[in-house]
Amino acid sequence: MNKVEAIIRPERLSAVIAALADEGFHGLNISQVTGRGEQRGLVHVGRAGQSYIVDILPKTKLEIVVRDQDTKKVVDVIVAAAKTGQIGDGKIFILPVADAIRVRTGESGDIAL
Amino acid sequence: MDSGDTAWLLTSTALVLFMTPGLAFFYGGLVGRTNVLGTIMHSFITIALVSVTWVLWGYSLAFGPDKGHFIGGLEWIGLNGVGPEPSAYAGTIPHLVFMAFQLMFAIITPALITGAVVGRFKFKTFLVFTVLWSTIVYLPLAHWVWGIGGWLGDLSVLNIGGLSGKALDYAGGTVVHISSGVSALCAAIVLGKRKQEPEAPHNIPFVVLGAGILWFGWFGFNAGSALAANGGAAYAFVNTNTAAAMAALAWMTVSWWRGGAPSVVGAASGAVAGLVAITPAAGFVTPTGAIIIGLVAGVLCYFATQFRAKRMGVDDALDVWGVHGVGGTWGALATGIFAAASVGGFDGLINGNPGQVINQFIAVIVTWVWAFGCTFIILKVLDMTMGLRVSEREEEVGIDMAQHGEPAYTP
Repeated sequence: MNKVEAIIRPERLSAVIAALADEGFHGLNISQVTGRGEQRGLVHVGRAGQSYIVDILPKTKLEIVVRDQDTKKVVDVIVAAAKTGQIGDGKIFILPVADAIRVRTGESGDIAL
Repeated sequence: MDSGDTAWLLTSTALVLFMTPGLAFFYGGLVGRTNVLGTIMHSFITIALVSVTWVLWGYSLAFGPDKGHFIGGLEWIGLNGVGPEPSAYAGTIPHLVFMAFQLMFAIITPALITGAVVGRFKFKTFLVFTVLWSTIVYLPLAHWVWGIGGWLGDLSVLNIGGLSGKALDYAGGTVVHISSGVSALCAAIVLGKRKQEPEAPHNIPFVVLGAGILWFGWFGFNAGSALAANGGAAYAFVNTNTAAAMAALAWMTVSWWRGGAPSVVGAASGAVAGLVAITPAAGFVTPTGAIIIGLVAGVLCYFATQFRAKRMGVDDALDVWGVHGVGGTWGALATGIFAAASVGGFDGLINGNPGQVINQFIAVIVTWVWAFGCTFIILKVLDMTMGLRVSEREEEVGIDMAQHGEPAYTP
Protein backbone atom coordinates (compact mmCIF):
# COMPACT_ATOMS: atom_id res chain seq x y z
CA MET A 1 0.00 0.00 0.00
CA ASN A 2 1.05 3.61 -0.58
CA LYS A 3 0.34 6.97 0.97
CA VAL A 4 -0.52 9.56 -1.66
CA GLU A 5 0.43 12.98 -0.30
CA ALA A 6 -0.91 15.84 -2.45
CA ILE A 7 -0.10 19.54 -1.94
CA ILE A 8 -2.82 21.41 -3.84
CA ARG A 9 -4.46 24.83 -4.13
CA PRO A 10 -6.91 25.31 -1.23
CA GLU A 11 -9.69 26.38 -3.57
CA ARG A 12 -9.48 23.08 -5.48
CA LEU A 13 -10.03 20.96 -2.36
CA SER A 14 -13.76 20.43 -2.67
CA ALA A 15 -13.40 19.51 -6.35
CA VAL A 16 -10.68 16.96 -5.50
CA ILE A 17 -12.69 15.41 -2.66
CA ALA A 18 -15.75 15.12 -4.91
CA ALA A 19 -13.73 13.53 -7.72
CA LEU A 20 -12.16 10.99 -5.34
CA ALA A 21 -15.56 10.16 -3.87
CA ASP A 22 -16.92 9.57 -7.37
CA GLU A 23 -14.25 6.90 -7.86
CA GLY A 24 -15.00 5.29 -4.52
CA PHE A 25 -12.21 6.79 -2.41
CA HIS A 26 -13.69 8.33 0.70
CA GLY A 27 -11.17 8.12 3.54
CA LEU A 28 -8.58 10.88 3.62
CA ASN A 29 -6.96 13.53 5.82
CA ILE A 30 -6.65 17.23 5.17
CA SER A 31 -4.33 19.79 6.70
CA GLN A 32 -3.61 23.42 5.96
CA VAL A 33 0.06 23.98 5.22
CA THR A 34 2.28 26.78 4.10
CA GLY A 35 5.27 26.58 1.91
CA ARG A 36 7.03 27.70 -1.19
CA GLY A 37 7.66 26.15 -4.51
CA GLU A 38 8.55 27.47 -7.91
CA GLN A 39 6.31 30.52 -7.75
CA ARG A 40 7.86 33.93 -7.29
CA GLY A 41 5.35 34.84 -4.60
CA LEU A 42 3.28 38.00 -4.33
CA VAL A 43 4.26 41.59 -3.72
CA HIS A 44 2.37 43.21 -0.86
CA VAL A 45 2.36 46.89 -0.02
CA GLY A 46 2.58 47.58 3.70
CA ARG A 47 0.85 50.41 5.56
CA ALA A 48 3.76 52.80 5.12
CA GLY A 49 4.02 52.10 1.42
CA GLN A 50 7.00 49.78 1.53
CA SER A 51 6.64 46.64 -0.56
CA TYR A 52 7.63 43.17 0.51
CA ILE A 53 7.56 39.82 -1.18
CA VAL A 54 5.55 37.01 0.27
CA ASP A 55 6.63 33.67 -1.05
CA ILE A 56 5.38 31.45 1.78
CA LEU A 57 1.84 30.75 0.63
CA PRO A 58 -1.02 28.67 2.00
CA LYS A 59 -1.78 25.34 0.38
CA THR A 60 -3.84 22.33 1.35
CA LYS A 61 -2.27 18.92 2.00
CA LEU A 62 -4.40 15.90 1.32
CA GLU A 63 -3.28 12.43 2.44
CA ILE A 64 -4.86 9.18 1.34
CA VAL A 65 -3.56 5.64 1.83
CA VAL A 66 -4.46 3.25 -0.99
CA ARG A 67 -3.75 -0.25 -2.26
CA ASP A 68 -0.78 -0.58 -4.63
CA GLN A 69 -3.07 -1.24 -7.61
CA ASP A 70 -5.15 1.90 -6.93
CA THR A 71 -2.22 4.30 -6.64
CA LYS A 72 -2.00 5.42 -10.26
CA LYS A 73 -5.78 5.88 -10.47
CA VAL A 74 -5.90 8.07 -7.38
CA VAL A 75 -3.00 10.21 -8.60
CA ASP A 76 -4.70 10.71 -11.98
CA VAL A 77 -7.97 11.71 -10.32
CA ILE A 78 -6.26 14.24 -8.05
CA VAL A 79 -4.24 15.77 -10.86
CA ALA A 80 -7.31 16.16 -13.09
CA ALA A 81 -9.34 17.84 -10.35
CA ALA A 82 -6.60 20.03 -8.84
CA LYS A 83 -4.92 21.32 -11.98
CA THR A 84 -5.38 24.88 -13.23
CA GLY A 85 -2.34 25.07 -15.49
CA GLN A 86 -0.80 27.96 -13.54
CA ILE A 87 2.39 27.87 -11.50
CA GLY A 88 1.39 26.96 -7.94
CA ASP A 89 -0.80 23.93 -8.77
CA GLY A 90 1.23 21.84 -6.34
CA LYS A 91 2.93 18.44 -6.13
CA ILE A 92 2.05 14.84 -5.28
CA PHE A 93 4.38 12.42 -3.46
CA ILE A 94 4.04 8.65 -3.12
CA LEU A 95 5.32 7.04 0.07
CA PRO A 96 5.33 3.31 0.80
CA VAL A 97 3.23 2.26 3.81
CA ALA A 98 4.23 -0.79 5.87
CA ASP A 99 0.74 -1.65 7.18
CA ALA A 100 -2.69 -0.25 8.02
CA ILE A 101 -4.85 -1.25 11.03
CA ARG A 102 -8.53 -0.44 11.67
CA VAL A 103 -8.76 0.71 15.29
CA ARG A 104 -12.35 -0.43 15.84
CA THR A 105 -11.84 -4.06 14.78
CA GLY A 106 -8.10 -4.68 14.78
CA GLU A 107 -8.12 -5.77 11.10
CA SER A 108 -4.93 -5.11 9.20
CA GLY A 109 -3.69 -5.10 5.62
CA ASP A 110 -5.60 -4.04 2.52
CA ILE A 111 -8.99 -4.76 4.13
CA ALA A 112 -8.28 -2.07 6.69
CA LEU A 113 -8.15 0.59 3.98
CA MET B 1 -31.25 73.81 23.85
CA ASP B 2 -31.08 71.05 26.45
CA SER B 3 -27.71 69.65 27.43
CA GLY B 4 -29.20 66.34 28.57
CA ASP B 5 -30.92 65.77 25.23
CA THR B 6 -27.80 66.86 23.34
CA ALA B 7 -25.55 64.57 25.36
CA TRP B 8 -27.86 61.60 24.79
CA LEU B 9 -28.10 62.28 21.04
CA LEU B 10 -24.33 62.64 20.67
CA THR B 11 -23.98 59.32 22.50
CA SER B 12 -26.70 57.72 20.39
CA THR B 13 -24.97 58.89 17.24
CA ALA B 14 -21.78 57.15 18.32
CA LEU B 15 -23.73 54.02 19.27
CA VAL B 16 -25.35 53.80 15.86
CA LEU B 17 -22.01 54.32 14.11
CA PHE B 18 -20.66 51.40 16.13
CA MET B 19 -23.40 49.19 14.67
CA THR B 20 -21.76 49.24 11.24
CA PRO B 21 -18.46 47.69 12.36
CA GLY B 22 -20.65 45.35 14.43
CA LEU B 23 -22.47 44.40 11.25
CA ALA B 24 -19.11 43.89 9.57
CA PHE B 25 -18.22 41.22 12.13
CA PHE B 26 -21.69 39.68 12.18
CA TYR B 27 -21.45 39.22 8.41
CA GLY B 28 -17.73 38.50 8.44
CA GLY B 29 -18.11 35.52 10.73
CA LEU B 30 -20.82 34.05 8.52
CA VAL B 31 -18.67 33.88 5.39
CA GLY B 32 -15.68 31.67 4.63
CA ARG B 33 -12.13 32.56 5.63
CA THR B 34 -11.21 33.69 2.09
CA ASN B 35 -14.05 36.23 1.86
CA VAL B 36 -14.06 37.75 5.32
CA LEU B 37 -12.00 40.84 4.46
CA GLY B 38 -14.07 41.61 1.40
CA THR B 39 -17.22 41.32 3.49
CA ILE B 40 -15.88 43.52 6.29
CA MET B 41 -14.56 46.05 3.78
CA HIS B 42 -18.03 46.45 2.26
CA SER B 43 -19.34 47.73 5.61
CA PHE B 44 -16.25 49.66 6.59
CA ILE B 45 -15.82 51.59 3.38
CA THR B 46 -19.55 52.39 3.31
CA ILE B 47 -18.97 54.38 6.50
CA ALA B 48 -16.39 56.43 4.62
CA LEU B 49 -18.38 56.85 1.41
CA VAL B 50 -21.71 57.85 2.92
CA SER B 51 -20.14 60.09 5.56
CA VAL B 52 -18.78 62.28 2.79
CA THR B 53 -21.76 62.23 0.44
CA TRP B 54 -24.14 62.96 3.34
CA VAL B 55 -22.32 66.17 4.15
CA LEU B 56 -22.13 67.17 0.48
CA TRP B 57 -25.69 66.45 -0.67
CA GLY B 58 -27.32 63.61 1.26
CA TYR B 59 -28.58 65.47 4.32
CA SER B 60 -29.93 68.37 2.28
CA LEU B 61 -31.86 66.17 -0.14
CA ALA B 62 -33.27 63.95 2.64
CA PHE B 63 -34.18 66.52 5.28
CA GLY B 64 -33.89 69.88 3.56
CA PRO B 65 -36.78 72.26 2.78
CA ASP B 66 -39.52 70.19 1.16
CA LYS B 67 -40.05 70.10 -2.59
CA GLY B 68 -43.38 68.64 -3.64
CA HIS B 69 -43.55 66.22 -0.67
CA PHE B 70 -41.03 64.13 -2.65
CA ILE B 71 -37.55 65.35 -1.80
CA GLY B 72 -35.67 67.96 0.17
CA GLY B 73 -34.03 70.91 -1.53
CA LEU B 74 -30.39 71.78 -2.15
CA GLU B 75 -30.42 74.69 0.29
CA TRP B 76 -28.31 72.74 2.80
CA ILE B 77 -25.70 71.46 0.33
CA GLY B 78 -22.37 71.11 2.11
CA LEU B 79 -24.30 71.59 5.36
CA ASN B 80 -24.81 75.24 4.47
CA GLY B 81 -27.11 76.65 7.12
CA VAL B 82 -26.84 73.56 9.31
CA GLY B 83 -25.23 74.75 12.50
CA PRO B 84 -25.19 74.64 16.28
CA GLU B 85 -28.67 76.11 16.73
CA PRO B 86 -31.63 73.71 16.94
CA SER B 87 -33.74 72.90 13.88
CA ALA B 88 -37.43 72.31 13.40
CA TYR B 89 -36.64 68.60 13.57
CA ALA B 90 -35.51 68.62 17.21
CA GLY B 91 -35.95 71.79 19.22
CA THR B 92 -33.57 70.95 22.05
CA ILE B 93 -30.47 69.70 20.21
CA PRO B 94 -28.10 71.38 17.72
CA HIS B 95 -29.06 70.91 14.08
CA LEU B 96 -25.59 69.48 13.47
CA VAL B 97 -26.27 66.73 16.00
CA PHE B 98 -29.56 65.78 14.37
CA MET B 99 -27.76 65.67 11.02
CA ALA B 100 -24.98 63.48 12.42
CA PHE B 101 -27.50 61.11 14.03
CA GLN B 102 -29.33 60.71 10.73
CA LEU B 103 -26.02 60.12 8.95
CA MET B 104 -25.45 56.92 10.92
CA PHE B 105 -28.75 55.52 9.64
CA ALA B 106 -27.83 56.48 6.08
CA ILE B 107 -24.57 54.59 6.52
CA ILE B 108 -25.85 51.30 7.86
CA THR B 109 -28.70 50.95 5.38
CA PRO B 110 -26.58 50.31 2.26
CA ALA B 111 -24.11 48.32 4.37
CA LEU B 112 -26.91 45.88 5.22
CA ILE B 113 -27.47 45.08 1.53
CA THR B 114 -23.92 43.76 1.13
CA GLY B 115 -24.74 40.56 2.99
CA ALA B 116 -26.74 39.33 0.02
CA VAL B 117 -23.91 39.59 -2.48
CA VAL B 118 -20.87 38.30 -0.62
CA GLY B 119 -18.15 36.56 -2.53
CA ARG B 120 -18.97 37.77 -6.03
CA PHE B 121 -19.41 41.55 -6.31
CA LYS B 122 -16.76 43.57 -8.13
CA PHE B 123 -15.39 46.11 -5.64
CA LYS B 124 -15.17 49.02 -8.09
CA THR B 125 -18.78 48.52 -9.13
CA PHE B 126 -19.80 48.14 -5.48
CA LEU B 127 -18.34 51.58 -4.68
CA VAL B 128 -20.37 53.21 -7.45
CA PHE B 129 -23.47 51.20 -6.47
CA THR B 130 -23.24 52.39 -2.88
CA VAL B 131 -23.09 56.06 -3.87
CA LEU B 132 -25.98 55.65 -6.33
CA TRP B 133 -28.18 53.59 -3.99
CA SER B 134 -27.63 55.80 -0.97
CA THR B 135 -28.63 58.78 -3.10
CA ILE B 136 -31.40 57.52 -5.38
CA VAL B 137 -33.16 55.00 -3.11
CA TYR B 138 -32.45 56.18 0.43
CA LEU B 139 -32.77 59.97 0.24
CA PRO B 140 -36.33 60.18 -1.14
CA LEU B 141 -37.54 57.42 1.19
CA ALA B 142 -36.03 59.12 4.24
CA HIS B 143 -37.68 62.35 3.14
CA TRP B 144 -41.10 60.77 2.64
CA VAL B 145 -41.11 59.16 6.11
CA TRP B 146 -39.08 61.56 8.26
CA GLY B 147 -38.65 64.78 6.30
CA ILE B 148 -40.83 67.76 7.16
CA GLY B 149 -43.38 67.76 4.31
CA GLY B 150 -42.68 64.18 3.28
CA TRP B 151 -45.87 62.54 2.04
CA LEU B 152 -45.75 59.38 4.16
CA GLY B 153 -45.74 61.69 7.16
CA ASP B 154 -49.06 63.19 6.14
CA LEU B 155 -51.10 60.99 3.84
CA SER B 156 -53.78 63.62 3.39
CA VAL B 157 -51.55 65.33 0.80
CA LEU B 158 -52.40 62.47 -1.55
CA ASN B 159 -56.04 63.65 -1.61
CA ILE B 160 -57.20 60.06 -1.86
CA GLY B 161 -60.59 59.39 -0.24
CA GLY B 162 -60.24 59.55 3.50
CA LEU B 163 -56.52 58.79 3.74
CA SER B 164 -55.05 60.79 6.55
CA GLY B 165 -52.62 60.60 9.37
CA LYS B 166 -49.15 59.24 8.96
CA ALA B 167 -47.27 56.03 8.49
CA LEU B 168 -45.51 55.40 11.79
CA ASP B 169 -41.85 54.50 11.68
CA TYR B 170 -40.06 55.29 14.90
CA ALA B 171 -36.49 54.52 13.91
CA GLY B 172 -36.47 53.13 10.39
CA GLY B 173 -38.37 49.89 9.92
CA THR B 174 -39.26 50.98 6.40
CA VAL B 175 -36.49 53.44 5.60
CA VAL B 176 -33.69 51.17 6.77
CA HIS B 177 -34.82 47.58 7.05
CA ILE B 178 -37.47 46.97 4.43
CA SER B 179 -35.54 49.07 1.93
CA SER B 180 -32.26 47.24 2.49
CA GLY B 181 -33.86 43.82 2.78
CA VAL B 182 -35.83 44.13 -0.44
CA SER B 183 -32.91 45.74 -2.26
CA ALA B 184 -30.76 42.84 -1.09
CA LEU B 185 -33.23 40.38 -2.59
CA CYS B 186 -33.12 42.29 -5.85
CA ALA B 187 -29.32 42.37 -5.84
CA ALA B 188 -29.05 38.65 -5.15
CA ILE B 189 -31.39 37.96 -8.07
CA VAL B 190 -29.64 40.31 -10.50
CA LEU B 191 -26.10 39.24 -9.59
CA GLY B 192 -27.01 35.58 -9.62
CA LYS B 193 -25.83 32.70 -7.45
CA ARG B 194 -22.32 32.06 -6.31
CA LYS B 195 -20.55 29.50 -8.48
CA GLN B 196 -19.14 27.75 -5.42
CA GLU B 197 -21.10 25.83 -2.84
CA PRO B 198 -22.27 28.25 -0.12
CA GLU B 199 -19.56 28.21 2.51
CA ALA B 200 -20.10 27.48 6.19
CA PRO B 201 -19.52 30.28 8.71
CA HIS B 202 -15.80 30.39 9.43
CA ASN B 203 -15.96 32.24 12.74
CA ILE B 204 -19.16 31.96 14.73
CA PRO B 205 -17.63 33.85 17.69
CA PHE B 206 -17.43 36.87 15.33
CA VAL B 207 -21.11 36.39 14.52
CA VAL B 208 -22.12 36.52 18.17
CA LEU B 209 -19.73 39.40 18.87
CA GLY B 210 -21.24 41.29 15.97
CA ALA B 211 -24.78 40.59 17.15
CA GLY B 212 -23.87 41.81 20.62
CA ILE B 213 -22.45 45.05 19.22
CA LEU B 214 -25.57 45.48 17.09
CA TRP B 215 -27.82 44.96 20.15
CA PHE B 216 -25.77 47.50 22.12
CA GLY B 217 -25.74 50.05 19.32
CA TRP B 218 -29.44 49.56 18.66
CA PHE B 219 -30.19 51.32 21.95
CA GLY B 220 -28.87 54.41 20.20
CA PHE B 221 -30.75 53.56 17.01
CA ASN B 222 -34.14 53.27 18.71
CA ALA B 223 -33.94 55.17 21.99
CA GLY B 224 -31.97 57.94 20.28
CA SER B 225 -34.85 58.33 17.85
CA ALA B 226 -36.81 59.90 20.70
CA LEU B 227 -34.56 62.88 19.92
CA ALA B 228 -34.56 63.57 23.64
CA ALA B 229 -33.47 62.05 26.94
CA ASN B 230 -36.98 61.44 28.22
CA GLY B 231 -39.75 58.93 28.83
CA GLY B 232 -40.10 58.22 25.12
CA ALA B 233 -36.47 57.18 24.97
CA ALA B 234 -37.05 55.02 28.02
CA TYR B 235 -39.93 53.18 26.32
CA ALA B 236 -37.87 52.71 23.17
CA PHE B 237 -34.91 51.40 25.19
CA VAL B 238 -36.99 48.87 27.10
CA ASN B 239 -38.94 47.75 24.04
CA THR B 240 -35.71 47.28 22.07
CA ASN B 241 -34.17 45.03 24.67
CA THR B 242 -37.35 43.06 25.25
CA ALA B 243 -38.05 42.37 21.59
CA ALA B 244 -34.45 41.33 20.92
CA ALA B 245 -34.49 38.95 23.86
CA MET B 246 -37.80 37.32 22.98
CA ALA B 247 -36.82 36.94 19.34
CA ALA B 248 -33.49 35.31 20.27
CA LEU B 249 -35.34 32.79 22.44
CA ALA B 250 -37.92 32.19 19.72
CA TRP B 251 -35.43 31.54 16.92
CA MET B 252 -33.24 29.38 19.15
CA THR B 253 -36.29 27.31 20.10
CA VAL B 254 -37.54 26.88 16.56
CA SER B 255 -34.04 25.92 15.38
CA TRP B 256 -33.91 23.39 18.23
CA TRP B 257 -37.24 21.88 17.30
CA ARG B 258 -36.63 21.87 13.55
CA GLY B 259 -32.87 21.38 13.37
CA GLY B 260 -32.25 19.11 16.31
CA ALA B 261 -29.95 21.41 18.25
CA PRO B 262 -30.18 24.96 19.66
CA SER B 263 -28.26 27.00 17.12
CA VAL B 264 -25.84 29.68 18.32
CA VAL B 265 -25.99 31.39 14.93
CA GLY B 266 -29.77 31.10 15.27
CA ALA B 267 -29.84 32.79 18.66
CA ALA B 268 -27.71 35.63 17.30
CA SER B 269 -29.81 35.91 14.15
CA GLY B 270 -32.99 35.81 16.21
CA ALA B 271 -31.83 38.72 18.34
CA VAL B 272 -31.13 40.74 15.19
CA ALA B 273 -34.56 39.84 13.77
CA GLY B 274 -36.21 41.08 16.95
CA LEU B 275 -34.22 44.29 16.84
CA VAL B 276 -35.25 44.82 13.23
CA ALA B 277 -38.93 44.22 13.97
CA ILE B 278 -39.10 46.53 16.98
CA THR B 279 -37.36 49.36 15.10
CA PRO B 280 -40.50 50.97 13.65
CA ALA B 281 -42.47 50.24 16.82
CA ALA B 282 -39.99 51.06 19.58
CA GLY B 283 -41.53 54.31 20.79
CA PHE B 284 -45.14 53.42 20.03
CA VAL B 285 -45.88 50.11 21.76
CA THR B 286 -45.87 48.74 25.31
CA PRO B 287 -43.28 46.23 26.57
CA THR B 288 -45.81 43.41 26.33
CA GLY B 289 -46.39 44.46 22.73
CA ALA B 290 -42.63 44.25 22.27
CA ILE B 291 -42.63 40.66 23.55
CA ILE B 292 -45.22 39.66 20.96
CA ILE B 293 -43.40 41.53 18.20
CA GLY B 294 -40.12 39.81 19.10
CA LEU B 295 -41.71 36.38 19.39
CA VAL B 296 -43.31 36.56 15.96
CA ALA B 297 -40.16 38.05 14.43
CA GLY B 298 -38.00 35.20 15.69
CA VAL B 299 -40.32 32.54 14.32
CA LEU B 300 -41.30 34.30 11.10
CA CYS B 301 -37.76 35.24 10.10
CA TYR B 302 -36.52 31.70 10.82
CA PHE B 303 -39.06 30.31 8.36
CA ALA B 304 -38.38 33.10 5.87
CA THR B 305 -34.70 32.13 5.75
CA GLN B 306 -35.58 28.47 5.38
CA PHE B 307 -37.99 29.33 2.58
CA ARG B 308 -35.37 31.40 0.82
CA ALA B 309 -32.76 28.64 1.02
CA LYS B 310 -35.00 25.77 0.01
CA ARG B 311 -37.72 27.19 -2.20
CA MET B 312 -36.81 30.56 -3.65
CA GLY B 313 -33.72 29.69 -5.65
CA VAL B 314 -32.13 33.03 -4.72
CA ASP B 315 -28.61 33.19 -3.29
CA ASP B 316 -29.22 35.92 -0.70
CA ALA B 317 -26.11 34.65 1.00
CA LEU B 318 -26.57 36.08 4.48
CA ASP B 319 -30.37 36.24 4.44
CA VAL B 320 -30.68 40.00 4.43
CA TRP B 321 -34.19 39.75 2.98
CA GLY B 322 -35.30 37.11 5.44
CA VAL B 323 -34.22 39.13 8.47
CA HIS B 324 -34.46 42.76 7.42
CA GLY B 325 -37.02 42.61 4.63
CA VAL B 326 -39.43 40.22 6.31
CA GLY B 327 -38.64 41.35 9.87
CA GLY B 328 -39.04 44.99 8.90
CA THR B 329 -42.34 44.29 7.14
CA TRP B 330 -43.72 42.48 10.20
CA GLY B 331 -42.49 45.28 12.48
CA ALA B 332 -44.06 48.00 10.35
CA LEU B 333 -47.43 46.24 10.26
CA ALA B 334 -47.20 45.31 13.95
CA THR B 335 -46.73 48.99 14.74
CA GLY B 336 -50.15 49.60 13.23
CA ILE B 337 -51.57 46.80 15.34
CA PHE B 338 -50.01 47.43 18.73
CA ALA B 339 -49.48 51.19 18.89
CA ALA B 340 -50.73 52.69 22.14
CA ALA B 341 -51.28 56.41 22.57
CA SER B 342 -50.19 56.24 26.19
CA VAL B 343 -46.72 55.38 24.92
CA GLY B 344 -46.15 57.44 21.77
CA GLY B 345 -49.34 59.36 21.07
CA PHE B 346 -50.81 57.08 18.42
CA ASP B 347 -53.27 54.20 18.73
CA GLY B 348 -53.23 51.07 16.63
CA LEU B 349 -55.70 48.32 15.86
CA ILE B 350 -55.93 46.83 19.34
CA ASN B 351 -56.63 50.27 20.78
CA GLY B 352 -59.48 51.03 18.44
CA ASN B 353 -57.73 52.56 15.43
CA PRO B 354 -57.63 50.04 12.57
CA GLY B 355 -56.88 52.86 10.11
CA GLN B 356 -53.29 52.87 11.33
CA VAL B 357 -52.75 49.43 9.84
CA ILE B 358 -53.82 50.78 6.46
CA ASN B 359 -51.30 53.61 6.69
CA GLN B 360 -48.61 51.13 7.66
CA PHE B 361 -49.55 48.89 4.77
CA ILE B 362 -49.20 51.78 2.33
CA ALA B 363 -45.73 52.58 3.60
CA VAL B 364 -44.72 48.92 3.35
CA ILE B 365 -45.93 48.52 -0.24
CA VAL B 366 -44.38 51.80 -1.34
CA THR B 367 -41.04 50.86 0.20
CA TRP B 368 -41.03 47.40 -1.40
CA VAL B 369 -41.79 48.76 -4.85
CA TRP B 370 -39.46 51.76 -4.62
CA ALA B 371 -36.51 49.79 -3.25
CA PHE B 372 -36.83 46.82 -5.60
CA GLY B 373 -37.52 48.92 -8.68
CA CYS B 374 -34.74 51.47 -8.22
CA THR B 375 -32.19 48.86 -7.18
CA PHE B 376 -33.02 46.78 -10.25
CA ILE B 377 -32.49 49.72 -12.59
CA ILE B 378 -29.25 50.81 -10.91
CA LEU B 379 -27.80 47.31 -11.07
CA LYS B 380 -28.81 46.74 -14.67
CA VAL B 381 -27.15 49.99 -15.73
CA LEU B 382 -24.00 49.09 -13.79
CA ASP B 383 -24.04 45.60 -15.31
CA MET B 384 -24.04 47.10 -18.79
CA THR B 385 -21.34 49.67 -18.07
CA MET B 386 -18.97 48.27 -15.46
CA GLY B 387 -19.90 44.63 -14.92
CA LEU B 388 -21.18 43.33 -11.60
CA ARG B 389 -19.37 40.08 -10.90
CA VAL B 390 -15.82 38.91 -10.42
CA SER B 391 -14.59 36.07 -12.61
CA GLU B 392 -15.19 32.47 -11.63
CA ARG B 393 -11.51 32.01 -10.84
CA GLU B 394 -11.56 35.08 -8.57
CA GLU B 395 -14.60 33.69 -6.82
CA GLU B 396 -12.78 30.42 -6.26
CA VAL B 397 -9.68 32.05 -4.82
CA GLY B 398 -11.78 34.33 -2.65
CA ILE B 399 -12.46 38.05 -2.63
CA ASP B 400 -9.78 38.80 -0.02
CA MET B 401 -6.88 37.81 -2.24
CA ALA B 402 -8.55 38.42 -5.63
CA GLN B 403 -9.94 41.91 -4.97
CA HIS B 404 -7.88 43.19 -2.04
CA GLY B 405 -4.59 41.29 -2.33
CA GLU B 406 -4.64 40.55 1.39
CA PRO B 407 -5.18 37.23 3.18
CA ALA B 408 -7.28 37.62 6.32
CA TYR B 409 -5.28 35.10 8.30
CA THR B 410 -1.66 34.08 7.92
CA PRO B 411 -1.70 30.28 8.15
